[in-house]
Amino acid sequence: MDLLRFITAGSVDDGKSTLIGRLLYDSKNILTDQLEQLEKQSKNKETGGIDLALLTDGLRAEREQGITIDVAYRYFSTPNRKFIIADAPGHVQYTRNMITGASNASLVIILVDARQGVVEQTRRHSIIASLLKIPHVVVAINKMDLVDYSRDVFNDIVIDYAAMARQLNLEDIAYIPMSALLGDNIVDRSEKMDWFEGKPLLQFLEEIETDNDINHTDSRFQVQLVIRPQTEELHDYRGYAGKVISGIYKKGDVVKILPSGIESSISKLEIAGQEVEEVFAPQSVVIQLKDDIDISRGDTIVKAGENIKVGNELQTLLCWMDEKPLHSGNKYYLQHNSRLVRAVVKSIEYKLDVNTLQQLPVEGPVKLNEVVRATIKTASPLVFDSFAEISANGSAILIDETSNSTVAAVLFQ
Amino acid sequence: MTGYRLDYLEQLETESIHIFREIAAQFERPALLFSGGKDSITLVHLAVKAFAPGKIPFPLVHVDTGHNFPEALAFRDLFSAKVNASLIVRKVEDTIKQKNLTEPKGKFASRNWLQTYTLLDTIEEFKFDACIGGGRRDEEKARAKERIFSVRDEFGQWNPKLQRPEIWNIYNGRIHKGENVRVFPISNWTELDIWNYIRKEKIDLPSIYFSHERDVIEHEGQLVAVSGFINMDENDIVSKRKVRYRTVGDMTCTAAVESNASSLDEVINEIIATRISERGETRIDDKVTEAAMEDRKKNGYF
Ligand SMILES: Nc1nc2c(ncn2[C@@H]2O[C@H](COP(=O)(O)OP(=O)(O)O)[C@@H](O)[C@H]2O)c(=O)[nH]1
Repeated sequence: MDLLRFITAGSVDDGKSTLIGRLLYDSKNILTDQLEQLEKQSKNKETGGIDLALLTDGLRAEREQGITIDVAYRYFSTPNRKFIIADAPGHVQYTRNMITGASNASLVIILVDARQGVVEQTRRHSIIASLLKIPHVVVAINKMDLVDYSRDVFNDIVIDYAAMARQLNLEDIAYIPMSALLGDNIVDRSEKMDWFEGKPLLQFLEEIETDNDINHTDSRFQVQLVIRPQTEELHDYRGYAGKVISGIYKKGDVVKILPSGIESSISKLEIAGQEVEEVFAPQSVVIQLKDDIDISRGDTIVKAGENIKVGNELQTLLCWMDEKPLHSGNKYYLQHNSRLVRAVVKSIEYKLDVNTLQQLPVEGPVKLNEVVRATIKTASPLVFDSFAEISANGSAILIDETSNSTVAAVLFQ
Repeated sequence: MTGYRLDYLEQLETESIHIFREIAAQFERPALLFSGGKDSITLVHLAVKAFAPGKIPFPLVHVDTGHNFPEALAFRDLFSAKVNASLIVRKVEDTIKQKNLTEPKGKFASRNWLQTYTLLDTIEEFKFDACIGGGRRDEEKARAKERIFSVRDEFGQWNPKLQRPEIWNIYNGRIHKGENVRVFPISNWTELDIWNYIRKEKIDLPSIYFSHERDVIEHEGQLVAVSGFINMDENDIVSKRKVRYRTVGDMTCTAAVESNASSLDEVINEIIATRISERGETRIDDKVTEAAMEDRKKNGYF
């Protein structure tokens, strides 16, 4: 049994909350007491029946205001898989929320209202999915009950979407016609759409192959902290603790420490204190080296001969996430996994319209939810890849020096 | 197809270890808030793994309400010694005396709310900048949006404005003086994940998690242990039942469930079969309002 993280995206009222509620409910992941509470609340609203959308409702402050902000996480499992849903609501702050939720997702469900087909929001969500390189896309064509479960309506939407997806380099796309409200093609195959030959949503989510989502070819490891017990029996022990970002490391591998460039070899690999012969992404491990070298938090260890970038001038795509706008020339901290360096946004080349992918001139400061192409200079060199090649080593955040907020998602070009 | 894949418990474990290491590296004085329950025992187990073969680089802190199960306290002392962790205990009793606080009254007078004072005092006393807790997002609706690094102001309060987007696996733990971060390394685990992990890793638990005989009274459908901490009256009927606990809290506010499950497998089977959340089943004080948890989070309880 493994783990699949996915995000749901859709415009307001496309049925996202209903769909999530339906998945939780039909897969029997809602516990009796939560159900009772739900029934009570549904009654309060005088809507009659259970309002599945209420299941995914968040904090009281938001409930009172009748809006949902930010990303919430939901959990459910079937005998075959554990699922983590990042539930990012579609409101003004959508780009920020979707990026946050999508950053760890290996699949996105894009909701389309069958009556409306592919709309601007669909395109925007798909562009963000493509920018963030989410490996798998499910286009959930919802509310099929309102279009008489029509095969033609479904087919037309598929043709439209596929045309758009080709421009966006989205590869693994599945289309499922459904009614979240009535449960068609969610857990069980819909009897009203016997023309549909694909799997219902839950079965699709359970069976989708995710083995290739993690890069096991290029070795990337960054030191989180140095373990030095300094006890009598472990007097000379010096282990580099961190997560394998990508690739595989074996005992005896010749490695290079970056940015210093010093070479050594792996003398011992451990997971949770147990020696192992090899480690792979995304395991948290401890690496010991043959030679005594000065290595600290944020240093990168790769296998000798790897092609990786080292530099302090970075071409980036910045997704701005803070109310406080970005001005060219502002100073920040940049955090690349565990490496924290001072950084300045040297120049902003253009703004990317997330509805059209058009490059627009930048006029004035960069605002919340805007995506720009920018050049960043760091005080000391980073060891990185382009996001397109190795996303796990091609991403970073910017932190405001004065407020300490996380203000941008950074994708290295 | 490659052989390089992790099952879901290994994925959760590796993520939690990564978080623990970020805490140790980013903060000067972290502390692990240890309640003695299965979640915090699992947390400590993960911390041991994260820093092996070194020792856990922060203390375990227990805020003792004085209403704990003696079995849980005995376990706490043995367990912290076994994993070679330093243990700091601070008593709500002392805070009540020092601050001249009013003891809560009522049938199940709970010191749960007062814990916050002791906790905040302890943070102040040791200048802790990060407090690690066993909160999980599946526990309660109000927690579904909780960050893994959750920033609190000087009063220990949660404020939506201070919360940061958590993107990829990059954790921003930078704070201003006086602020404090609550970190939840097992945010993404569900109750069942915890139980399955405990089984897989053969983690020891306090005996009250397994079926045992106990004198209880029945109150609004829930079984409450007879102890010096609850106020009994003539309507209470004491009976001896075979029970176990699903969470370890105070004797005043944790209800027992009737059970013959004496092994981990049996306990897990029962939990799967009951389909009632642990909070719903065993917390006496949470039923008050739907937003009880949220209020407490705001007040710095967690
Ligand atoms: N007829 C029909 N209505 C639906 C379907 N899915 C959702 N709805 C309704 O559409 C409205 C908006 O749904 P909701 O889940 O709140 O949308 P969200 O804003 O995307 O979360 C609600 O009134 C739902 O009952 C569906 O498949 N068929």
